[in-house]
Amino acid sequence: MADTVKLKINGMDVEAPQGATILEAARQIGIEIPTLCYMKEINAIGACRICVVEVKGARTLVASCVYPVAEGMEVTTNSGTVYKARRATLELILSNHRKDCLTCLRSQNCELQKIAKDAGIQEVRFHSDNLEPQIENSTLHLVRDNSKCILCRRCVAVCKQNQSVAVIGPNDRGFDTHISCAFDRNLDEVPCVSCGQCITVCPTGALTERDETEKVFLALADPGKHVVVGAAPSIRVTLGECFDMPVGSNVEGKMVAALRRLGFDRVFDVNIAADLTIMEEAHEFISRVQNGGVLPLITSCSPGWIRFCEQYYPEFIPNLSSCKSPQQMFGAMVKTYYAQKEGLNPEDVFVVTIMPCTAKKYENHRDGTSALDGIPDVDVALTTRELARMIAHSGIMFRDLPDEEPDEAFSENTGAGVIFGATGGVMEAALRTAVESITGKELPDVEFTAVRGTEGIKEAAYAVGDLNVRTAVSSGLANARKLLEGIKSGERQYDFIEIMGCPGGCVNGGGQPVQPQTVRNFTDLRAIRAKSLYDMDREKPLRKSHENPLIQKVYEDFLGEPGSHKAHEVLHTRYQKREKYPGVKV
Amino acid sequence: MEPVKPHTHDETVTSLNNTDFYKHQLRVALRNCGVINPESIDEYIAFDGYSALARALTEQTPAEIVEIVLKSGLRGRGGAGFPTGRKWQFAADAQNDVKYVACNADEGDPGAFMDRSVLEGDPHSVIEAMVIAGYAVGAHQGYIYVRAEYPIAVERLNIAIRQAKEYGFLGDNIFGTGFAFDLEIRLGAGAFVCGEETALITSIEGNRGEPRPRPPFPAVKGLFGKPTLLNNVETYANIPWILQNGWEKFAAIGTEKSKGTKIFALGGKIRNTGLVEVPIGTTLRTVVEEVGGGCPGGKKFKAAQTGGPSGGCIPAAHIDIPIDYESLSSIGSMMGSGGLIIMDEDNCMVDIARYFLDFTVDESCGKCTPCRIGTKRLCQLLDKITGGSGTMEDVELLEELCAHISNNSLCALGQTAPNPVLSTLRYFRDEYEAHVIDKKCPAGVCKGLLQYGINDKCTGCTACVRVCPTGAISGKVKEKHVIDPAKCIKCNACMEKCRFNAIVKG
Repeated sequence: MADTVKLKINGMDVEAPQGATILEAARQIGIEIPTLCYMKEINAIGACRICVVEVKGARTLVASCVYPVAEGMEVTTNSGTVYKARRATLELILSNHRKDCLTCLRSQNCELQKIAKDAGIQEVRFHSDNLEPQIENSTLHLVRDNSKCILCRRCVAVCKQNQSVAVIGPNDRGFDTHISCAFDRNLDEVPCVSCGQCITVCPTGALTERDETEKVFLALADPGKHVVVGAAPSIRVTLGECFDMPVGSNVEGKMVAALRRLGFDRVFDVNIAADLTIMEEAHEFISRVQNGGVLPLITSCSPGWIRFCEQYYPEFIPNLSSCKSPQQMFGAMVKTYYAQKEGLNPEDVFVVTIMPCTAKKYENHRDGTSALDGIPDVDVALTTRELARMIAHSGIMFRDLPDEEPDEAFSENTGAGVIFGATGGVMEAALRTAVESITGKELPDVEFTAVRGTEGIKEAAYAVGDLNVRTAVSSGLANARKLLEGIKSGERQYDFIEIMGCPGGCVNGGGQPVQPQTVRNFTDLRAIRAKSLYDMDREKPLRKSHENPLIQKVYEDFLGEPGSHKAHEVLHTRYQKREKYPGVKV
Repeated sequence: MEPVKPHTHDETVTSLNNTDFYKHQLRVALRNCGVINPESIDEYIAFDGYSALARALTEQTPAEIVEIVLKSGLRGRGGAGFPTGRKWQFAADAQNDVKYVACNADEGDPGAFMDRSVLEGDPHSVIEAMVIAGYAVGAHQGYIYVRAEYPIAVERLNIAIRQAKEYGFLGDNIFGTGFAFDLEIRLGAGAFVCGEETALITSIEGNRGEPRPRPPFPAVKGLFGKPTLLNNVETYANIPWILQNGWEKFAAIGTEKSKGTKIFALGGKIRNTGLVEVPIGTTLRTVVEEVGGGCPGGKKFKAAQTGGPSGGCIPAAHIDIPIDYESLSSIGSMMGSGGLIIMDEDNCMVDIARYFLDFTVDESCGKCTPCRIGTKRLCQLLDKITGGSGTMEDVELLEELCAHISNNSLCALGQTAPNPVLSTLRYFRDEYEAHVIDKKCPAGVCKGLLQYGINDKCTGCTACVRVCPTGAISGKVKEKHVIDPAKCIKCNACMEKCRFNAIVKG
C-alpha cells in the first residue's frame, strides 16, 4: 500500500499521508478548517459538525476532522453548501449558549466567539433559549457553568483519556444532554483530582478556574498586610502567551516587574523553594536507600498527583516523599524564616503564589500540614491566567516592561529549580544533587537527558557509585496509572519515580494559558515551553540545588540540615487515604 | 341408544389462510411463529430447524454460504436495505484473528414489533442464523443486543440458547466439525439510537450508546475494535430458510432489486391491525385495502407512514406504489424496519410530523449539534405552526433546517429525522399553509387553531350547557346557544353530547 494518497481539495492537488484526515490534508495547502470538538487523538468524535466539508460522491457532508483521505478524493471546503451548513450549525450552537460575552472570563479567548465572528454571524434565526447561569462551584479549584457548555466533550476526553480519572461525562440525552458527574453529583462528591486539564481545553467559558484575584487585590490594598508573592518555575515561560507573545517566550524579568507594579511588598521566586525541595527529597532518597526505607520513592510536587494517589492508589502512600511541594515550602519558609528575620508577625504576612496549576488551590486547604498552627502556608494560589487578568486590569503594559530582578531575601535559585516546570525536571534536579552526595564527586555533566522529553513514561538507570538507580518519570495521570499498575504486577521495578499530574508537567498545567485547539492540535506546547526552561537552566551559573548559596545559608541559619527536626516541622507533610465517594457505601 | 348427531353449521368455515388478512401474505421470516412452541427446540428441529446449520458446517465452505446469501438478494431488514451478502463478504474478507457476529434486536420504532415477534415466536431461527454467520465470516462469538423492555423475548432467547448449548448447536465442536461459536445476550436500556449500528456496538462495549463516525465501518473495525458482522433479527430469520430452500426460491420472491418478503406492523386507522408479511413489491393498496380491510368507519384513506420516525408519509395518490426499497425512497419515504401506520381524513399531517419530531427530540443521543439542537428547533417551529402563530417565514426556515439536519448529522438517526416533516411538506403543503395563512387545522386536530361554535340546528335543549366543564356555553332554553371562546377549553364534550349536530368546530 502506498504511503501517501493524492486528492484534490478545492481543485488543488494535495498529496497526503495515508490515514490522514481531510482536516490535516487541508492544512497542507494553507486552509485551516474550524473545529470545536476535535482534539487530535484524544477527542476525534466528529460531534460538533463545524468542520464539515463536501466530498464528491458522499451522501451527506462529512466531518473533516475524522474523515480519512482517499486516493482520488475530491473535497470542497468552501462551497455554498459548506458555507450555509457551517453557519446554520453555529446558529444552532449559539441558540443554546448563554451569550453573555461581556461578562465572560473567556471573552476574546473563546473559540466559539472567534468562529462565530469569523463566520460573520449577526443573528440567530432559530428560537434562542433564555439561559440562566448554571453554576457548579462545589470544588476549590473550578467553576462549571453549563449554560455556556456546547457539549464538545473535550473536558470529558482529557479527564478520561489523559488523566484516567473520568469523573465527568454526558448525562441525560438529546437536547437535555449535559456534562456532569455520575448521578449529577457535585464535583466535590466524586474523585476529581483538581488538575484543571478540563479548563485548558474548554473552547468556551463553561469551565474556568475559581477566580481568587479579588482576594489578592484586597490584600494588596490592606496596609496591615505584608503581601509576598512568588511564581512557580514554569510561569516565566508561559505568562507571555497571555499578552500575545510567542509560545515559549521567557518573560521572567517582565513578570517580576509586573508583580512589583501590582504592589506586592516583596517579589520572591518559588524557584528557590524548588531547590529546597531537592535538598530535602534527595536527602530522603539517600536515607531510604541507605536505611532500607520504602522504595521506590515517588515525588510529591504535584498536588493533582497526590490527590490521585490518596484516592485511587492509597497503597502507594508509603512511597510518597514526605516533602511538601515547592509552593508549600515557599509559603512555609516565608511565614517562618523570612518573617522571623524581618521581625514580622506571621499572621500579617499574606503569601500569594502564581501557579501553573488549579490543584494548588486545593493544596492550600489540605488540613493540618502548615508550618505554623492555624496559619496557612500559602494564602492564595493564582493561576497564570488569573495573574494575567490582574496585570491587564491594573493597566500594566506588560510587553513594554523592563526586566527586573526579584527581591533578594528569598529568591536566588539554580538551574535545578528552573527545570521543575517540565516533566523529568524534578528527577534531573534530584539526581544532580543525590549523585554528588552519594559519590562525593562532582558530576562531569549535569544533564540527564534520558529523563527529558514529552513522552508519557520515561525510564533510565544510572550507576551511582555502587548503586544502580532505576528511575522512571511519568506525566499525565493515565500514564501514572500505567506505571503504578506495572509496579503492582511486578512487571516494572524502580528506585525513584517522578510523577506529574498533567501531561508534560507544569508547563502544561491546568492553570496555564488557554491556547485554542487549532494551535494545540498541531503544536506541541509542552515541548516548546519546556525548551525555554532548559535554555534558562543552561544559562544559569549554578545548576545544582546544593550549590545555591542562599539555600546553604538557610540551612545554616534556620533549618539545620536536610531532614532535620526543624526541616520536618516546616517542609514536610503527611498523606492519608481519601474516600473516592465520601458518604457513599459501595 | 341413538348416536349423537355431529354438530353442523350452516356456513362454510374458510381456512385462515384464505381470509383477506392472510391470503396475500407469505410467511418466510415468520414461518414458525404461532406454529411451533418457541420454548421447544425439538419442535424447531421437527420443522427442519438446525438442518441448514448442519449442512453448512458439514457440506459447505464459508465462501459458499456467503455466495448463497449474496445470490439470494436478501437485503438488511433493519431499514437501510444494504445487501446482506455484501456485508457478510466484507466481514469475511476482513483480516483479523478475532471477529464478532452481532444481532440488532433493539427494535425502537413506535408501534413496530416484528423483531419481538420473531424472538418470542421463533428464537432458534435467529440463533441458527447467527451460528451460520459466524461460520461464514470466521467469528466464534456472537452477541444479541435486545431491549430490556422485551422480557418475554429475552426469556425465550435465554431458553433457546440454553437448549442449543445442550444439543451442541452452540459451544465447542458444533456437529463434531471443530467449529466453535458462543452467544451472549446484551440488554439495551431502550434507547432508540442504539438501533444505529455504531451506537449499538458502543453500547455492547459498555459505554453510553452513541454512534461514532464511519469510516471505519463495523465490518472493518467494530465491536471492541474487531471486524463485526451486524444484522437485524428479521434479516437473520430469513437465513435458515434461504439455506434450506435455496437462494433461487428466495430470489423468486419480490421485485428485481428487492427480494423476499417483508414484515410490516400494520397499525393506525385500519380495520385489521397486526403483523403482516408480504412479498416485497406488494402494492400499498393491497396491504391497506385487502390485508388491512381499509379504514374503519368508512373514512377516507389519507396517507400511510412507513419507516417510523425516520420515514415519510405516502399520500393516497401513491397508493398503487409497490412497497420496495427503491420505490419508497423515490417518493421520500423509506422501507424502514417495518412500521406501517395508516392515517385517514381525521389526521392532521402537520400534527403527525410534530408527533414524530417529538419522538426524535427525546431519542436523539445528544452527541452531534444538528440532531441535538436542530431537531429541538424543528419541533419548536412545528409547535408554533400547530399552535397558530406560525408564519410563512417559519415554513421556509423549517425547510432549510430539515435540509441542514439531513445533510449534517453524524448518524442515520439525525440524517433521517426530518423525513416526516419533509414528506408532509411535499405532499400536504396545503395543510401547512392552512395552519399558517388561514389559521385553520383542516382535520380539526390542532387545538391551538380550533374554534367551537353552535349553528342553527341548535334546539336549545341545554344538554351542552350541563356537560361543559368551564361554563363556556350560555343561552335560553329552546333558543340557540352560544360558546364563549375565551372560556372554551376545546375538550369536545359538547360535541359528543349534542344530538342535533349543532356543535361545529373548525
